[in-house]
Amino acid sequence: MSGAETWLILGASSAIARAFAREAAARGADVILAGRDTEDLARTAADIGIASGRTTTVQPFDALDFSSHAALADRLAALPGVLNVALLFGTMPEQAAMDEYPDLALTCIASTFSGAVSILHRLAPLLEARRDGVVIGFGSVAGDRGRLKNYVYGAAKSGLHTYLSGLRNRLGRAGVHVMTVKPGFVDTAMTFGQPGLFLVASPEAVARACLDAAARRKNVIYVPWFWLGIMTVIRVIPERIFKRLSI
Amino acid sequence: MPKASLRLTGWGRGPASACEAVRPERFTDAVAAFGEPVGPHGLCLRGAARSYGDCATNGAGDALMTTRLDRILAFDAATGIVQVEPGVDFHRLLQVFLPRGFLVPVTPGTAFATIGGAVAHDVHGKNHEHDGSFCQHVTELDLVLPDGSVRTVTPEDTRLFRATAGGMGMTGLIMRVAFRMMHVPGGGVTVREQRANDLEAFLTAMADGADATYSVGWIDGAAHGTRLGRGILETAEPADSEISRHRSLSARVPFDFPGMALNPVSVAVFNEAYFRRVPQAGRIRPVTWQKFLYPLDAIHEWNRFYGRRGFIQFQCVVPFETGPAALRDLLEVISASHRASFLAVLKRMGAGRAGYLSFPMPGYTLALDFPRRAGIEELYRRLTAITLDAGGRVYLAKDALLDALTFRRMYPEFAGFSEVLAKIDPASRLQSDMSRRLRLHDVP
Repeated sequence: MSGAETWLILGASSAIARAFAREAAARGADVILAGRDTEDLARTAADIGIASGRTTTVQPFDALDFSSHAALADRLAALPGVLNVALLFGTMPEQAAMDEYPDLALTCIASTFSGAVSILHRLAPLLEARRDGVVIGFGSVAGDRGRLKNYVYGAAKSGLHTYLSGLRNRLGRAGVHVMTVKPGFVDTAMTFGQPGLFLVASPEAVARACLDAAARRKNVIYVPWFWLGIMTVIRVIPERIFKRLSI
Repeated sequence: MPKASLRLTGWGRGPASACEAVRPERFTDAVAAFGEPVGPHGLCLRGAARSYGDCATNGAGDALMTTRLDRILAFDAATGIVQVEPGVDFHRLLQVFLPRGFLVPVTPGTAFATIGGAVAHDVHGKNHEHDGSFCQHVTELDLVLPDGSVRTVTPEDTRLFRATAGGMGMTGLIMRVAFRMMHVPGGGVTVREQRANDLEAFLTAMADGADATYSVGWIDGAAHGTRLGRGILETAEPADSEISRHRSLSARVPFDFPGMALNPVSVAVFNEAYFRRVPQAGRIRPVTWQKFLYPLDAIHEWNRFYGRRGFIQFQCVVPFETGPAALRDLLEVISASHRASFLAVLKRMGAGRAGYLSFPMPGYTLALDFPRRAGIEELYRRLTAITLDAGGRVYLAKDALLDALTFRRMYPEFAGFSEVLAKIDPASRLQSDMSRRLRLHDVP
């Protein structure tokens, strides 16, 4: 069965991506699971195919292998129907580890930010030409303010927020909607067992919230929604006070 | 992969065990994490932790959580055989396959249990007399043995299969389970409910209804005197009528109840109301599969009713011959203790079992909850003594308090299990709080 709509899921191995792909397929879309661990993605593809009856394919994709991104964009040009893109990849090394090995900080930026620009910038002309579709980019609340505990990853996500804002401006003119998602604490491998987390959302709840918001053409959303309030408070703390905090 | 320090409990809550836990999301990560070196307390495998006691906790040891290994790998509509990863739960299988007319043939009373757990406990349902235990429907499974080697095990592979079915996760990490689903004609069952005014009437009604596909009794554990053993018997048959899809799961217990919320008066009032819900003449009505198989799932985290100290579930099975007298003794001890909580379950069981440590035997099984308060150990000991005298046994999926010696008397096939375990896990890599309490790695 081939759907009128296909979601390309970039970084499809994570728990949120798995939940997102399941939810998108349950709502009637075909899905392309793109990521490095294609053997494991084949298991997810089987699962989604059985549960939804939609066409589910696996696409090798490495955010850091910039030179491969053009070919992927070319292949997608021929795809019939509406192409949507969900960008979920990123790496979050420990801040302390990056402080010790600055190269790790560069890798974090390269995969979380540069990789995103590399693939989205090559997909942009394609989406403009198709004059339809949705792009959901996963940023982070960490990108709203540079914090002692997580500022390299935060900077990469902050860059992504700005990039997505510009892309929204550009693609909106062609009828393609770009939505930025800023997840708070989600129960994923990234947060598993970390102390001090509160009101942790399930990946399934995040996936549903994103697809609901995209259908309503929201521009920037926090999931769960109350993170808007939390981050508003954190954003208005004056820098002279903020620089002494370790939140 | 990085470990997280977690304090884990079973479904009955109570004292927590500090464990170093991993929760892999991918196949290769799971196998790699399983192969990591372990300390003296080894590694414990943990699914959705819907078992009540300490079989999925491992104090001062490691734990591997399988809940994110949750993919359906294959389904063959011609044979009904489905293949899943261990963390897939019954709820998902119901959602995916019921619209196509397929249902898991044997399911425990909660849909939030995992298939890996269903194998490890060789679970049974309300149709045990009719359809046997879960592992009797398993056709094949992939097992990563404690030494890291991978084996595909079939029921013909008698000894390893029998040690794994109901084997409390001691034989290895299950990475794939293949089992046969059953075809159902519609979205639910036709349930017949009838009151039983005392134990004798209950047992008679259950014997009369033994031909029914599904049969379960709700018993009033607080009733005494002439009402001892009163309850409601539900028998059910799959219905071919289309029942509109039930709206999904609803309420959640928002906080830990104070311990005193549960007292003999509140229990008596609730049980009286529950008993009178069904008219004296009985009634027949259509019920969705979800509501029929998983009545308690409608209230998420219902274990919080019991407060922080948690609760103990006692479930035993006693043979048909000695059963009536044993049940009377058990119920007398329970009602005199004034500790019984809400409803208890009384069912008939058949002979179906697949493993050395499987729970079922032909007879009556009784299950009920007690808040974990001072003196619970003594009450539990009295109940297990009556069970043992009657030639019965308690269900390890519920147990938190049994001693190693009583366990060996209740499970005569432990020797077979032990022999396999000595061969595949001589270094006791796989452990749990329960395995140490029951000394599962020691020779019989």
